[in-house]
Amino acid sequence: MNILYDERLDGPLPNRDPAEVQADLARHLPDMTLLHREEDMRPFECDGLSVYRALPMLVALPDTLDQVRTLLARCHALGVPVVTRGAGTGLSAGSLPLEQGVLLVLSRFARILEIDPEARIARVQPGVRNLAISEAAAPYGLYYAPDPSSQIACSIGGNVAENAGGVHCLKYGLTVHNVIQAQVLTIEGETLTLGSDALDAPGFDLMALFTGSEGMLGVVTEITVKLLPKPETAKVLMASFDDVEKAGLAVGDIIEAGIIPGGLEMMDKLAIQAAEDFVKAGYPVGAEAILLCELDGVEADVDDDCARVRRVLEAAGATEVRQARDEAERARFWAGRKNAFPAVGRMSPDYYCMDGTIPRRALPRVLTGIAELSERYGLRVANVFHAGDGNMHPLILFDANREGELDVAEALGGEILELCVAVGGTITGEHGVGREKINQMCAQFRPDELATFRAAKAAFDPAELLNPGKNIPTPARCSEFKTIKQAADAPATSEQG
Amino acid sequence: MASTAPTDYPGHDASAALGERLRQAAAERTPLRIVGGDTRHFYGRPVEGETLSTAEHHGITFYDPVELVVSVRAGTPLTELEAALAEHGQMLGFEPPRFGEASTVGGMIATGLSGPRRPWAGAVRDFVLGIRLINHEGIEQRFGGQVMKNVAGYDLSRLMVGAQGSLGVIGEVSLKVIPRPLTTQSLRLELPLADARQRLAEWGREPLPISAAAWLDGALHLRLEGGPSSVAATRERIGGDDLDNAWWDALRDLALPFFSADDARPLWRLSLPHRAPDLGLAEIDDTAMLHDWAGAQRWLRAELDSEALREACREAGGHATCYGPRVAGVEPFTPLSAVLMKYHRNLKAELDPHGIFNPGRLYADL
Ligand SMILES: Cc1cc2nc3c(=O)[nH]c(=O)nc-3n(C[C@H](O)[C@H](O)[C@H](O)COP(=O)(O)OP(=O)(O)OC[C@H]3O[C@@H](n4cnc5c(N)ncnc54)[C@H](O)[C@@H]3O)c2cc1C
Repeated sequence: MNILYDERLDGPLPNRDPAEVQADLARHLPDMTLLHREEDMRPFECDGLSVYRALPMLVALPDTLDQVRTLLARCHALGVPVVTRGAGTGLSAGSLPLEQGVLLVLSRFARILEIDPEARIARVQPGVRNLAISEAAAPYGLYYAPDPSSQIACSIGGNVAENAGGVHCLKYGLTVHNVIQAQVLTIEGETLTLGSDALDAPGFDLMALFTGSEGMLGVVTEITVKLLPKPETAKVLMASFDDVEKAGLAVGDIIEAGIIPGGLEMMDKLAIQAAEDFVKAGYPVGAEAILLCELDGVEADVDDDCARVRRVLEAAGATEVRQARDEAERARFWAGRKNAFPAVGRMSPDYYCMDGTIPRRALPRVLTGIAELSERYGLRVANVFHAGDGNMHPLILFDANREGELDVAEALGGEILELCVAVGGTITGEHGVGREKINQMCAQFRPDELATFRAAKAAFDPAELLNPGKNIPTPARCSEFKTIKQAADAPATSEQG
Repeated sequence: MASTAPTDYPGHDASAALGERLRQAAAERTPLRIVGGDTRHFYGRPVEGETLSTAEHHGITFYDPVELVVSVRAGTPLTELEAALAEHGQMLGFEPPRFGEASTVGGMIATGLSGPRRPWAGAVRDFVLGIRLINHEGIEQRFGGQVMKNVAGYDLSRLMVGAQGSLGVIGEVSLKVIPRPLTTQSLRLELPLADARQRLAEWGREPLPISAAAWLDGALHLRLEGGPSSVAATRERIGGDDLDNAWWDALRDLALPFFSADDARPLWRLSLPHRAPDLGLAEIDDTAMLHDWAGAQRWLRAELDSEALREACREAGGHATCYGPRVAGVEPFTPLSAVLMKYHRNLKAELDPHGIFNPGRLYADL
């Protein structure tokens, strides 16, 4: 099934004459940057999942909120779809443009409006980079907790739209737990204030509904986040294992001992090797798996916890447990993990990152399943994951220039996700459905459940102009997906006959 | 250390019967007043409708202490859930108030009320992982799940928290649970309100093991939780007198004398940014309030002009709820702006097209 928007399966799209749309927008928004030449629009043709590309009709780069409001109202009036883009680091083709639509790029909204150390909040524009918030808060001893590995590049608006996570989310929560208020513009150009500067707001929890809604309900134009005091100390233990399954079980043992680490991450042999080659993190090359366990808080408690975790890891069969001796070594241990994707990227022309989340107890079973699938499809898979919360990132290594290999990678990826669903998990923990996992949504949800999602969407965007074709599949797409699956699963009698 | 998940809890699955009732109500356009233990009937606007009880739909369906996840049907008494968690040294991080033995899990989710630990640990919605919702067609639908991270589809689970049952019947919920702290120590410091605020602002910027802070009647009450070493060191540094940890249970369940039903004046709950100053209304004395959540949740007993109070709260960045007893002509919840109300109505119309789920409980036209 073709990944690009397919009107037969995803529903008809309005087909406006690009020249007319361009003229209309130029008339109403004479001061806004509007790109229409192919070479100018090329840089926007994909997000971080670069195997999927499409050129939009137009690219809009507004500088002011008034421009965004007018742009949305015009597109609404003209019936032109709008795809919002933050920094374009998404891994699910969430901001993949539409040929018949305008791409609204928010990168120029990059101002931190306010850091209030007394209130411990930051008010920022949507294009502000995730890491920039923590940097601006650092002089006050504060930071913004969710730390996706892409934090030097990804935007906070994109984080809200995806409900992004990071290695410290086990203890400090995801984006949804750390954003308190947002301003959004609806497709009709109305401004809504969601959430509150207080700890709750009257009415429905629309702040939660919009978090992770992938630009389908509105455009996020301002965000207030919670800042936390930096922990007094953070220490990291690295445990090596000669068996992936033992490492998986050790994760549960730590939690069962009543300890919630700041971060608890796992990497398998291939990922360890790749990271070591790339950043020289000091990882034990040759180990089948490592666990990185960070404990943070007040010095005295952290020392007690380190001793307890070390005992748990040893009892779980770790072959070696090392504690980072100083800040420099701690930073190196994390650099290996945070650079794992690009590191694996160096081993292969292309890689495809999965994002399934499973109950932790299913870890050994799913790892075995992935190894079998990797064998069957003939593609290598490196495993990196937020083990503490069961969020796996199997990285499938492939070469898009080899005839048919992308299709094989996609098929393998699809099976991994369906395995995650089969053990009680989900197809996406933090990267979102976007365009990429649109078919797997049909495996995770029943048609009536998908209809309820569409009802929620209809409350905000009944004309379906915001990011069409993403996040929630149509009934037509799901029935086609099921037909194809059944044909593939059925014994190929006709060929044998 | 392999553990076995305790799964054999008593219970009863009444989802099919509930679904049938909903189909009937939808066909006949009969509004329903959804109740668990009906212990929260005072909260919100009165609902005119046939009573639909979730009490028969009860029991813990899944609990794995290693996963930190529990799934529980709406009609389960809150005390039963808390007892099961306590057996494994775990608890609900948001300390929901209990209004007697009959309080149920469904009511806890629908009202979305959290206790003293809220500013540090999070609210009810922060611990919700997934929900089974019985919709307007009487079909039980699953959103979210039992895993810690899940962004497949819209977050309808959290949307149900605090929606007062107006978007569907909550059949079952999956929650993240947390280990009980190793050490708890409470203390009381005689301090004027202004000084207490100043101290809390300073402490808030340090990583101290504070898990509750409330000012009442000239004293700041603090709870410290965490490892024994840090709790002892902080106790030493802050000083004050020991306080019985049970004080927090009384605060949590609104059972302190401050909340006494003998006082006929309405009880107001003000939700404000924690550093918001005195409201500056002539009719009220800020030192007569109970300042919980380090100042982010203030309780007030007063007969006053609700419009003026709401305006002052709005200016301070928050809102005010008339918690009860009901006052004629006063909306329990702060009215929404026209544009927000429009999208609330849209959402209600989409998810409850026949208007059967607790109509009018949150706002007159929802
Ligand atoms: C190397 C690498 C590592 C990564 N690691 C992590 C990780 O650890 N954790 C994690 O969660 N993710 C990770 N990601 C994925 C990605 O960085 C996140 O999804 C991030 O939140 C996307 O932000 P963005 O600004 O790039 O959004 P984009 O890619 O531009 O957009 C993503 C989605 O958000 C929508 N959107 C963007 N801005 C807005 C807005 N203002 N209003 C409404 N909708 C909007 C878009 O329409 C699209 O659907 C990683 C990506 C890379 C390349």
